[in-house]
Amino acid sequence: MVERQPWLKGLTHLGLVLGIALTMFPIYIALVASTHDLGTLYSTVPAWFGNQGLQNYALALGQGADAGVGVARMLFNSTVMALGITFGKIAISIVSAFAIVYFRFPFRMMFFWLIFVTLMLPVEVRIVPTFQVVAHLGMLNSYVGLTLPLIASATATFLFRQFFLTVPRELAESARIDGAGPMKFFFTILLPLSRTNLAALFVILFIYGWNQYLWPLLITRDDEMVTVVMGIQRLVNVPDGVVAWNIAMATAILALLPPAVVVIVMQRQFVKGLVEQEK
Amino acid sequence: MANVAIRNIRKSYGKTQVIHGIDLKVEPGEFIVLVGPSGCGKSTLLRMIAGLEEITSGEIQIAGRRVNELEPRERDIAMVFQNYALYPHMTVYNNMAYGLRNRGYKKDVVDQEVRRAAETLQIGDLLDRRPGQLSGGQRQRVAMGRCIVRHPSVFLFDEPLSNLDAKLRVQMRLEIRKLHQSQGVTSVYVTHDQVEAMTLADRLVVMNAGVAEQIGTPLEVYDRPASTFVADFIGSPSMNFLNAQVIEHGKALHLPDGRDVPLPVQGLDPEALENMASVTVGVRPENLKPIEDKGGGWLRLKVLMSETLGADTLVHGTVGDAQVTARLPGAATYAPDSLLAFGSKPEHTLLFDAGTGKRIDASASPAPAATLATGQ
Repeated sequence: MVERQPWLKGLTHLGLVLGIALTMFPIYIALVASTHDLGTLYSTVPAWFGNQGLQNYALALGQGADAGVGVARMLFNSTVMALGITFGKIAISIVSAFAIVYFRFPFRMMFFWLIFVTLMLPVEVRIVPTFQVVAHLGMLNSYVGLTLPLIASATATFLFRQFFLTVPRELAESARIDGAGPMKFFFTILLPLSRTNLAALFVILFIYGWNQYLWPLLITRDDEMVTVVMGIQRLVNVPDGVVAWNIAMATAILALLPPAVVVIVMQRQFVKGLVEQEK
Repeated sequence: MANVAIRNIRKSYGKTQVIHGIDLKVEPGEFIVLVGPSGCGKSTLLRMIAGLEEITSGEIQIAGRRVNELEPRERDIAMVFQNYALYPHMTVYNNMAYGLRNRGYKKDVVDQEVRRAAETLQIGDLLDRRPGQLSGGQRQRVAMGRCIVRHPSVFLFDEPLSNLDAKLRVQMRLEIRKLHQSQGVTSVYVTHDQVEAMTLADRLVVMNAGVAEQIGTPLEVYDRPASTFVADFIGSPSMNFLNAQVIEHGKALHLPDGRDVPLPVQGLDPEALENMASVTVGVRPENLKPIEDKGGGWLRLKVLMSETLGADTLVHGTVGDAQVTARLPGAATYAPDSLLAFGSKPEHTLLFDAGTGKRIDASASPAPAATLATGQ
């Protein structure tokens, strides 16, 4: 136990405040910058908000800085990709964990370890062959191409497996005596019991999907398929032109909102899912 | 109501055999208790009846139908688990209705059955709660309710009371008994608690290391235990055992404290013991009767200490190197190191084969003697 000494309490609070300030400062800068006109930003970033906010955000959402594609479309693309990855990952991993924990089949443990080993192969490692496969399947520039290769998830499978192992064996046995087949048991008992885990995974996986950068950059060429995280990069990386910092910052803020909303909305379930054990 | 027939059941996990051929016939409406120390295979046997554990060899029949290959749900059984196994996310009502709904009963039938069961178990006002909001005893009732709604032909209980505190356990024990009397469903009940076993059972199956040591009514098992294991396991404080040498051609015993006494049992042919070197004398603490006359009785107890329980007193002491406990009526204290004389009725004094631990039966006495005689 840490002793409750006033100076120690002050010190820890100071640490917390500094940490928060450090994290919040860039966000503050982005917020401020997104409310000024471009001319003001050439010299320096003012300390306080300007009056160009509404125009900047409207412009960003509408047609975008380089008159290419608007942030609204990018946000839509990102949402589709993130949700696709999230639901895909959860669906596949919960079913594989169910199979691994509740069924006895040949090479069960081998399959488990095979899944587990894929943890060592994130997208970045297998990106070239994966690109080749996706290209040959004709899935470039499509939502399927954006989501499908990222859906297999060893982490989620492992988490569900660990959770299922904590579910008392007697529940499954009782359900068998009560006349529930495996799928009935899965849908009426296991799935409702996994609710908090599902919520926690949803948050983690949504942010994972939202923040995908390299993969969408590689397989989307069509402006209509750009995701917002790539979009920021496109705004900043303008060949022989002027970077519209105010629009770029507005885009960054907009890109940041959906994950933040997801975290705030799911916060209680999320914490429960991480902390709570089966009672 | 249905009978359960278990024929030469064996169970192995890999090469380890844990149940070594058990035969048991449960009559319709009978309450059978499987009792034994942990690891004796009693739960495994129950789970084989339920269909949760595969049967390595042998056959189980429920209501005259071979069930070896049937799924648990096809066996027409219901089971109460030690941890109740209630579905934590469902209300009490849904917990009880789950099994009926899975079997495709109509909504109004389900409702009627659930409410009737809830009334029987006095949990009618808990139907909307979740298991997490219930006390141990209430959960126990819900678990039983989940069984009785389906009117199965056999109830299986796997140590259902061991998660309850002592007082509640006594209460729920009576309720299980009452439930059985009113519903009359054939029941198989597993416990390691001998009081539960004695009070609930129509017949007991005392198990040890995968073998049924004795099958009989509680009193049979208590008064005529088949072996030192059964005698030791059933009864609290447990039976006293004294190793004694057979002397004078089976007419007398040489006790651990060096005294020679005439055979304290009745109806046993001395010739039956003649060829045995030693036997184990067993007598229950409450069957040791104090004898005022210092010369009488066959047992001299050197007092170590006495425990006053109120209604009666436990006197712990030694006979030679053997620990002996006597239960005497009334409250009294006995000075340490004093010598007390005890006798016992011949029918309460049992002899066991010191080697095998089997009881040497008065009626069957020539048999073990004969086999031993030929064996030597």
